[in-house]
Amino acid sequence: MRIHPALSFLAAVLALVAPAVAAPAAEKPDPAADAKAFQDFFRKKFPQVKFEDFVNGPYSMNEDMRKQWEEKEQFPPYEFALEAGKEMFEKPFKNGKTYADCFANGGIGIRQTYPYFDDKEGKVVTLELALNRCREANGEAPYSYVKDEMAALTAYMAYTSRGKPFDIKIPDDPRALEAYERGKEYFYTRRGQLNFSCASCHVQNPGERIRAEILAPALGILNAMPIYRSEWSGMGTISRRFTTCNSQIRGVPLEPQSEEYRDLEYYLSYVSNGLPISGPGARP
Amino acid sequence: MTASLGCSAEQLATRRLILKGVAAVTLIGLGHAAFGAAPAFAANDPYPEDAFRLKGAAEAIKALYGREHEPSDKIKLDAPEIAENGGVVPIALTTTLPDVTSISFVVSENPNALAASYKIPEGTVPAVANRLKMAKTSNVIALVESGGKLYSATKEVKVTVGGCGG
Amino acid sequence: MASSIRVRAIQNGDVTDVQTLIQHPMDTGLIKDAKGELIPAHFIQQLTFEHNGKTVFLADWGTAVSKDPYVKFAFKGGAKGDDLKVSWVDNKGATDSLTAKIQ
Repeated sequence: MRIHPALSFLAAVLALVAPAVAAPAAEKPDPAADAKAFQDFFRKKFPQVKFEDFVNGPYSMNEDMRKQWEEKEQFPPYEFALEAGKEMFEKPFKNGKTYADCFANGGIGIRQTYPYFDDKEGKVVTLELALNRCREANGEAPYSYVKDEMAALTAYMAYTSRGKPFDIKIPDDPRALEAYERGKEYFYTRRGQLNFSCASCHVQNPGERIRAEILAPALGILNAMPIYRSEWSGMGTISRRFTTCNSQIRGVPLEPQSEEYRDLEYYLSYVSNGLPISGPGARP
Repeated sequence: MTASLGCSAEQLATRRLILKGVAAVTLIGLGHAAFGAAPAFAANDPYPEDAFRLKGAAEAIKALYGREHEPSDKIKLDAPEIAENGGVVPIALTTTLPDVTSISFVVSENPNALAASYKIPEGTVPAVANRLKMAKTSNVIALVESGGKLYSATKEVKVTVGGCGG
Repeated sequence: MASSIRVRAIQNGDVTDVQTLIQHPMDTGLIKDAKGELIPAHFIQQLTFEHNGKTVFLADWGTAVSKDPYVKFAFKGGAKGDDLKVSWVDNKGATDSLTAKIQ
């Protein structure tokens, strides 16, 4: 019963993809139509969930868990990371410049515009990547993408964007469309020993338990990043989330910020356009 | 920069040093005494070391209060049906019992059952919320000392992801 | 380094609502690190709240209190602008304290 609409959704997606494969010249990808179909699918599957609430992941789907989350949010576990991130963000590099010099609007309230397609480079640039590039351009060593420092910095930047809707742009550039399409393909491709795609869990089965955990909906999943996960006893970035997902399905994770992951983030952020940034978040 | 954040290499190194120290102490037969150094302050309210070290719920309660407890419907114990993660289980208590002097939480199935004990001086509201670790599915026993008597409320919390991990 | 203690003390009618979050590993002594070595127990044992020199709340904690512990309580007799002193001591004898204003 539950799987049925998911299947029909997948069929719709395949229908979009298939002609492109069969006859490359036939149809231009239509991200706007994708995003609408994606969002409509979740609205229809969870009519009781308010649209903005999808950014709250499993807490939008389970009452008992929501209560535990609301209690946590009274004094959230990401509080320390957030403060550390603010401090780090404001502290000048050795050369006297700061992160603010690398970003539009001094880096404040801009998280919702990442990732973006860089037309000079011809590739997707995520916030995590931009932060490390900023460090390197100023003579500082880059941070690990999966450790505390990067999570703290992105936590602060997300915090300054809270409430601002995701505003991911796909310019009319064949390379941008290709990046988007590659991200979409990665999302729906099965892999790992469990032979799961991202969509197997986060489109077909959100709200259901997989062993002990309640699966989050793909819609809005990146809006809450980075997250403090009780399971990790600490913070995690989008990079950490992607690599963990791949490990959990017993696949081999890619390098954080590899092109595939950047394209995936591009696709997944784009289809959540319109939903507010809620990060940093707290998750089980 | 790195030093200001959570799990630094420095911290890990410190942990290892301390571990060595403990091993040495154990060899000369002092055992847990290395951890037993009572805090210098709060002389009026000594830390109930023994009660925290006991395994079972009944023993811990006896060591802490030295008396039996009886169930009371005047205690409201708020705990989840299923803990989202055993490492962080929100547990709260309110009570309408009079003259409350202490509130304690015992997790029956934890390696050491007593989790937390709170002194409630006069003028403090007899209510507390905290977050506890639970190793597995267990009864949580909340104890309220009121007018010299000991009352309790019990609730089972299911734990699917245990709180003894990383 | 900032204090390990975060406090929110808010006057609400005749009671002061107090919430605290403390940065502390609260290691149980039962977990091994990545190298397979046991991480020794390291946890806060006592946490005290004082208002006008009087203890208004005292917590005795074991290892089963969550990492970065949180506690919430309320007391009578406080007023906006009053000092509330929070202090803790752990099983290794380390301490920290902070004085916050009731808001």
